[in-house]
Amino acid sequence: MKKEKSADPSGSAKQKKSAFRFNRGQLCIPYGLFLALFVIFPLLLIIYYAFTAKDGSFTFGNFIWFFSSPSMLYNLGISILIGLTTTVICLLLGYPVAYILSRFPERRRGILLLLFIMPMWINFVLRALAMREILDLFGMLGKYNFLNTIIGMVYDYLPFMILPLYTTLIKMDKSLEEAALDLGAGKAKVFTSVTLPLSLPGIISGITMVFMPTMTCYVISGTFSNNKVTIIGKLIETWFGTGDNWHYGSVIALVLLIIMFLSTLIEGKFSDDKLATRGTNL
Amino acid sequence: MKKFLSWGYLILILAFVYVPILVLVVYSFTDSTVVGKWSGFSLELYKDLFTGERIRKTIINTVVLALISASLSTILGTLGAIGIFYNKKLLGKFVKNANHIPVINAEIVTAISLALVFALLGIGRSYFALLIGHVVICAPFVVLSVIPKLKQMDGSLYEAALDLGASPFQALTKVVIPEILPGIISGFLLAITLSLDDYMISAYTKPTTFDTISTYVYNAVKNQNHSDLPALRALSAIIFFIMVIAVIVRNVSATKSLKNKKEI
Repeated sequence: MKKEKSADPSGSAKQKKSAFRFNRGQLCIPYGLFLALFVIFPLLLIIYYAFTAKDGSFTFGNFIWFFSSPSMLYNLGISILIGLTTTVICLLLGYPVAYILSRFPERRRGILLLLFIMPMWINFVLRALAMREILDLFGMLGKYNFLNTIIGMVYDYLPFMILPLYTTLIKMDKSLEEAALDLGAGKAKVFTSVTLPLSLPGIISGITMVFMPTMTCYVISGTFSNNKVTIIGKLIETWFGTGDNWHYGSVIALVLLIIMFLSTLIEGKFSDDKLATRGTNL
Repeated sequence: MKKFLSWGYLILILAFVYVPILVLVVYSFTDSTVVGKWSGFSLELYKDLFTGERIRKTIINTVVLALISASLSTILGTLGAIGIFYNKKLLGKFVKNANHIPVINAEIVTAISLALVFALLGIGRSYFALLIGHVVICAPFVVLSVIPKLKQMDGSLYEAALDLGASPFQALTKVVIPEILPGIISGFLLAITLSLDDYMISAYTKPTTFDTISTYVYNAVKNQNHSDLPALRALSAIIFFIMVIAVIVRNVSATKSLKNKKEI
């Protein structure tokens, strides 16, 4: 439709149109400059630091150091393990919540959803502290460091899993489930071959909301394990702080950037549009 | 039976979410150093919260920072969103994609990358750096809340305003902005929440003597300096009460609007 309009033979209208289009498009220049200076340029600096030695010369040494250091790889492994465990637990706990809420009448589910996401308004360090006090009360603090870290992470990130799952489930066309039931599928079959595949975009976006932050959020791992569990984010902090080696810190950050990039690629494969079409072709 | 199970499950998860908060709220009304030891009803912690010089300053700092950075993010992000929406060329695509980076990037990576830039530019740790850092993580969410409203807007409204003699600037401020206002407001509120919640960016950009609630609490726990922690129970309780009031207000207004609709 837009193309038709721009083919408008009337000269003055065309002129007017190109004039305002020029103006409106220009509005993103300030934000574009801001992003270039404070988002793109900083990431380039990380890459620069990752590939240079302290004297400024080009080197792969930082990478070799990272991938040949058992303690770095161990901590990377621990971070991935914590991230995966938290993500799986959040998904298992959060999916039924989102599913049950999506079946409620419209008015009631709004209020109920609010109850689940309201804790997000409390500052996340304060919120984590509340859970930490409970663990302390039960005498768990200082004993089960790994378990406590997972509990703290799940406590803080569960709402981030519930929200995208809920959004996808309420948008879903319920008549597809009814159709499957009418065609003789059992309830379990309807769930596994209709509901679950259709909610995949929500699952994927929930996973991205939870996995990366939990892999790197050393505030929770530190306070819940009394600094006994070290995750990858903590290492970056150490190298930029007391460790005083920005090059090592940047290599670790670059590894995280690469993981992020790869997960975005995987996410892109399951983009909303493709899945929607796949769903209706069932 | 099925309904019973559903409700049972929801209540179980709600208990997991709210029991820790409620315990804090209960123990905010006693003057005890540890949770779990009740030493009689007292409003001492609330008094500490409002009279303690450091903690009061921290709260004010956090709120002021959130208001300024959310306002800046809203202006920058709204302009950015309009620009992205009408600029299908390279610039629009660049802004659109770059806007996603802070959203999906690990916060620690965003934080140290900013610290590197500020060190390079000679700005270092400063209020300016802190402010920029907060806009970096907030503005993308403003853009993401405004763009859907632009998509919903009737595209011919702007052209109609121009045809009726409005200048592009007038058409923008009198037609487009009012039309996308709900998106701008929800973007602003989201930006405030994100700024209040942030730890990572603040930790790497803030001046050393400046604290937000997040950095204050984390440092208090990390340095085993627990003397300030009880007062934070009172702070959590106040935030909790504000939340409850907000939900009740929302609930009441939703019921009212439903009733009004029925009457009509």
